[in-house]
Amino acid sequence: MTMVVDARGVGKVFGGGAEAVQALTGIDLEMETGDFISLIGPSGCGKSTLLRLVADLLEPTSGELLINAKSPSRARLDRDYGMVFQSATLLDWRTVRKNVELPLEIMDVPTEERSKRATEMLDLVQLDQFADHYPWQLSGGMQQRVAIARALAFQPSLLLMDEPFGALDEMTRELMQQEVLRLWGETGISVVFVTHSIPEAVFLSTRVLVMTPRPGTINTEIVIDLPAERDLSTRESPRYFELITEVREALRRGES
Amino acid sequence: MTERDDIIRESRETDLLSAFEGDVPVGGRTPAAIREFGGKYLPALLSFFVVIFLWEGLTRLFGIETFVLPKPSEIITSFIETWNVVWSAGFKTLYEAVGGFVIGVSAALLTSFAAARWVRFREGMLPVAIAANATPIVALAPIFNNWFSITSPLSKMAVVAVVVYFPVMINTTRGLLEVDQAELELMRSVAATPTETMLRVRVPHALPFFFASLKVASALSLIAAIVAEYFGGPQDVLGQYIINRANLFQFPDAWAAILVASILGVAFYVLILAAERLFMPWHVSFRTSE
Ligand SMILES: Nc1ncnc2c1ncn2[C@@H]1O[C@H](COP(=O)(O)OP(=O)(O)O)[C@@H](O)[C@H]1O
Ligand SMILES: [Mg+2]
Repeated sequence: MTMVVDARGVGKVFGGGAEAVQALTGIDLEMETGDFISLIGPSGCGKSTLLRLVADLLEPTSGELLINAKSPSRARLDRDYGMVFQSATLLDWRTVRKNVELPLEIMDVPTEERSKRATEMLDLVQLDQFADHYPWQLSGGMQQRVAIARALAFQPSLLLMDEPFGALDEMTRELMQQEVLRLWGETGISVVFVTHSIPEAVFLSTRVLVMTPRPGTINTEIVIDLPAERDLSTRESPRYFELITEVREALRRGES
Repeated sequence: MTERDDIIRESRETDLLSAFEGDVPVGGRTPAAIREFGGKYLPALLSFFVVIFLWEGLTRLFGIETFVLPKPSEIITSFIETWNVVWSAGFKTLYEAVGGFVIGVSAALLTSFAAARWVRFREGMLPVAIAANATPIVALAPIFNNWFSITSPLSKMAVVAVVVYFPVMINTTRGLLEVDQAELELMRSVAATPTETMLRVRVPHALPFFFASLKVASALSLIAAIVAEYFGGPQDVLGQYIINRANLFQFPDAWAAILVASILGVAFYVLILAAERLFMPWHVSFRTSE
């Protein structure tokens, strides 16, 4: 079975000479189809850098990194992954529908098919009524849902999310988490999710990777053995709180 | 707070903003729309008439001679009496201005795209352009008169083109280059080619910059055309007409020609505003509540 993400001893150094910053070192990661992996750690520990390496927005300076058994750049050109950034990054001059269609346009999908796919995606994130709105007419949470619809529009096997809900209020955030779990369940997609919220990481993931800074590395892996179906009652279950404590302690160990 | 509240709140905010953006409400002429329209343009209209009224009143009150400053009533009289001559001169000057504008803007766009596409070109080119921009370009008018023949409108268009070129080129290049890093990463993540990124991200992003520079350029083009005419050439254009009438102490005629120049300038500007609305319906300054 091929790994969705397979990293062996991956490292990243920014710059050179005296100014060089070792952002990541010795990253080993084996991600299987359907995994939901959260990267958690203090600011500057290299979470975004790791995600960008997977996305081929950066190149590793050491180690070996394969996405679906291909080089990251091959995987990017094959549109193996969809990406959701911290800010929704919608194009202001396009309606919601046209934003979702953007990757399909780049892939030269015929107009009709494109429009059909966008409609499906907007249904999926429950924004079908807002298809002809412009991004500025939407709240932050809705904009982020459009960004998710756009990332899923071309049916990638991997979804990369970099603190996608960081800018949202707590209530919206919990709704969005539920939504992401639903999408994950419905599509069977694999997810790498960057966050610095412990409850968010525990609630969403099958595995939480705790990272530590200077240089950034994966310090602890915690398997989240909560039931697959997760809802409000999950958030109130004793096991949920135990896991939160476990992640918190791992983070604290990393700091000392 | 629910998301719906968010939307309502946001649309209220943009509503407030649009009041500062010189926005004309689209859609039906509801009483509110008319009130809003009046609220925006009434002060401007009012102050215009106050200025004219004061001008007329003060020149009468202090007995200011016509050759110093004609009264608005004298200017209007002359404007009506010389209607054909003055408008014909106006359109000849407008022809030079628009011709030069089109040449200058086209050249500026070509340069901007090249500058956005090729780093080397940009690094070699932009400092020179900024330096050239700082030199008073109308000083070139006598030289262009020599190059393109003083009798040809081309010599005036050349001055206009050079004057218009720099602001448009510098602003458009900025718009093409100052794109949100995240948007570029997004395009890269969906494996877009540089051309696709140019068309789908850089160009739309540059449009507001481009139109802002066009507004400046529209005013500059008439100024440049008239100044270029002062350096000589055919007599039936605004610049020469103003000089000739002034030499004959026919100052109301000269002022009537200036009035034509300013009407043409405003019309040109409004045309560009309309084009801006047409090409960027999404833009912040046009947002209205639904
Ligand atoms: N483009 C870059 N050039 C130089 N240093 C960078 C760059 N991007 C990130 N870094 C550095 O790498 C480290 C990890 O950054 P990042 O991955 O953004 O952390 P996180 O997302 O966990 O907050 C930080 O020290 C940061 O300053
Ligand atoms: Mg980050």
